[in-house]
Amino acid sequence: MKVCLKIKRFNPETDKKPYWKSYELDLEPKDRILDALHEVKWTLDGTLSIRRSCAHGVCGSDAMRINGRNRLACKVFVDDEMAFGKGVITVEPILGLPVIKDMIVDMEPFFAHYRSIMPFLVNDTDPGPRERLQSSEDRVRFDDTTKCILCACCTTSCPSFWARGDYVGPAAIVQAHRFIFDTRDHAAEERLQVLSDPNGLWRCRTVFNCTEACPRGIQVTKAIGEVKDALRTGVIA
Amino acid sequence: MVHHHQFDALVVGGGGAGLMAALHASKRVKTAVISKLYPTRSHTGTAQGGIGAALGNMEPDKWEWHAYDTVKGGDFLSDQDAVDIMCKEAIDAVIDLEHLGLPFDRTPDGKISQRRFGGHTNNETKKPVMRACHAADRTGHMILQTLYQNCIKNKVTFFDEFQVIDLLIDDGKCNGVVAVCLATGELHVFHSKGTLLATGGFGKMWKVTSNAHSLTGDLPAAILRRQLPLEDMEFFQFHPTGVYKLGILLSEAARGEGAVFINDKGERFMARYMPTMKDLAPRDICSRYIYKEVREGRGIGGKDYVYLDFRPDQINKYFEEDGNTKRITAEYLETRLPDIIEFSRVYQGVDPITQPVPIQPTAHYAMGGIPTNVDTEVLADASGKTIEGLYAAGEVACVSVHGANRLGTNSLVDLVVFGKIGGIKMADYCERASFRAIKKETAADFAQSQIDVLRNGKGGEDAAKIRKSLQVMMDDNVGVYRTGPGLEAAITHIRELQARYKNVAAKDKGMLWNTDLMEAWELGALLDLAEVTAVSALARQESRGGHFREDFPTRNDADFLKHTFVTVKNGKIELSSKPVTITRYKPEERKY
Repeated sequence: MKVCLKIKRFNPETDKKPYWKSYELDLEPKDRILDALHEVKWTLDGTLSIRRSCAHGVCGSDAMRINGRNRLACKVFVDDEMAFGKGVITVEPILGLPVIKDMIVDMEPFFAHYRSIMPFLVNDTDPGPRERLQSSEDRVRFDDTTKCILCACCTTSCPSFWARGDYVGPAAIVQAHRFIFDTRDHAAEERLQVLSDPNGLWRCRTVFNCTEACPRGIQVTKAIGEVKDALRTGVIA
Repeated sequence: MVHHHQFDALVVGGGGAGLMAALHASKRVKTAVISKLYPTRSHTGTAQGGIGAALGNMEPDKWEWHAYDTVKGGDFLSDQDAVDIMCKEAIDAVIDLEHLGLPFDRTPDGKISQRRFGGHTNNETKKPVMRACHAADRTGHMILQTLYQNCIKNKVTFFDEFQVIDLLIDDGKCNGVVAVCLATGELHVFHSKGTLLATGGFGKMWKVTSNAHSLTGDLPAAILRRQLPLEDMEFFQFHPTGVYKLGILLSEAARGEGAVFINDKGERFMARYMPTMKDLAPRDICSRYIYKEVREGRGIGGKDYVYLDFRPDQINKYFEEDGNTKRITAEYLETRLPDIIEFSRVYQGVDPITQPVPIQPTAHYAMGGIPTNVDTEVLADASGKTIEGLYAAGEVACVSVHGANRLGTNSLVDLVVFGKIGGIKMADYCERASFRAIKKETAADFAQSQIDVLRNGKGGEDAAKIRKSLQVMMDDNVGVYRTGPGLEAAITHIRELQARYKNVAAKDKGMLWNTDLMEAWELGALLDLAEVTAVSALARQESRGGHFREDFPTRNDADFLKHTFVTVKNGKIELSSKPVTITRYKPEERKY
């Protein structure tokens, strides 16, 4: 099918500011947007720069804003996006992080927020020679938030994050949730302390953009709500 | 401008093996991880079904059974001393991962849950055993996340998005690496005492592959260019259940949960070929029989694929046929295999709960790679001499535990066990060794020349076209079924592409994030690896594990019970061989 791909281009070595450029392509309906970008890169303009690796929605490299919505380019299709965009597919970098070149943004502020919530199990008791026991019910309690691939789709779809890059953001709160509700972990209070900062949890205004954007189907806003409840009541349940 | 760094220990690659090594080395010596991706993007994260370890949480099991299964699965090419270490250490490795925070699924009594996987058996009954420890069907994701989390906890130093393209080898010793900083395009020399390579596989030489775009064999190619050997390159695994045409993996865990292969006649054909293990026969065998069905006209609609059927009513029907009292529901499958059910829905528009799923074999895993001993020290030649200061672990290495065919779950076992051993051995070495002098002014010259020729080239050849030609040809001639004439044609074709490659010029001449140039460099690596793969495959005139020669359809232990070593010296490929280490398990015919 004929596809019109409109890409927001920027190369700091040659461009003063970003600009939109359109590409006419002939693709299969079920080609991914990543395939479309590769078609541009491999046949029309080699200078187009993107991050990508696994190409099936697991590694989290190719988050971008496609037709105004944060998506993984390898997990959405040209026919669907042509229909949604009424004959045009726009592709631009995710918002709220500095653009380096084309789709490539500086991810360091995102990972700094991630690191701030202590994203690791804390438990200094001796586990003994075998596994720590955990019931299936306790394990399921935080299952949803273990799916996070740190793609940044959620954080960079959040108006609070766009307004203040200091806001820790939904992805970091999802990661905090994954440990706060793990019965094996002993650092919930310290994480909640970090999240009670003015740039922490309460900057969430429950807009639900994050939930809509998550390519892993994580109920992000729900998870944030559960962490808010834990902070408010002091009860982790 | 060239930048210089000095660390006691370097880890190249931020996947499971690399992070495991970094966790252990960084406790004792100044360590840096250099990765061309953010570590959490690494391909370990796509591993699905489980990690094998004889915990015996569900039913009786022993690590010795795991070892025998691994050797038999590898068609007796595995080095049995290495297999014993891996399968014995696997138990502690899985327990360690749990202690590090890995959220395994649980049994009713709170232990780590385990399930069946291809080729893993109770050695007494010969029946499938529940050995694969799992976290839904994202076990690799959870391993990668857990290891990365612990690297943050331990404040490991990372150079993210630095692509290593050369090794500093001098007088049989390794003194570090040279990397391109992708963000700036500048070269960085990393001077070290010890260097561990853990860059994973190189499946991008094939078109239909489960491998990520980044799996281009950068370090194995760098090894060849430093006139060092690669081992057993003819052994590449084609996983039977790739998404038709795309190659995305649908985990063997589906069959572990009861799914079966179905041909155009609706027949569960694996029961005819492998009456005991049936659909849980090892991957090499299943892939061959899928294509046998296709060739004999029983592909779906006469085409080149078959179905993987995991509709709950069908699974229960086959459980009943097999005398298995277990029964499953749609909800159960959605909990146990959520990701692969979603892959099928998203990428094929097929709902596995109600429809059979079209699948075809997909290029998946390198059994061969950079040769090492059981201490992960890289070998300089087939005699067992080592390169001082150089280590390798995980898929990029060939230790060799997987022999001619890897069992499912053993990739994850390999990377945690040998990643840990590598980190410890490298730290031991760094504590006793001193830095060897390097010539700083010229250390980056070889890397620089490789980049310059692509950036400044004036030729009219196009890297993307050459890559596509290579991938299609490799699917045709160096796939599941191979022949002498097919492999000769492949070698000729690869050499034509290598000649054309000399005239490739990057279209992007810039410095910052020049992915065009780096993709062109990666193509050079793929071409070099494809050549030694085809040459090694042509020389092995027998069929063993993942390497099947139609013109030599049986295993020939008298002539070929040996590892292949391949080097490129002055443009000429040289082959040699190394004996297989056999301890307890004498080669026998493989029946399942």
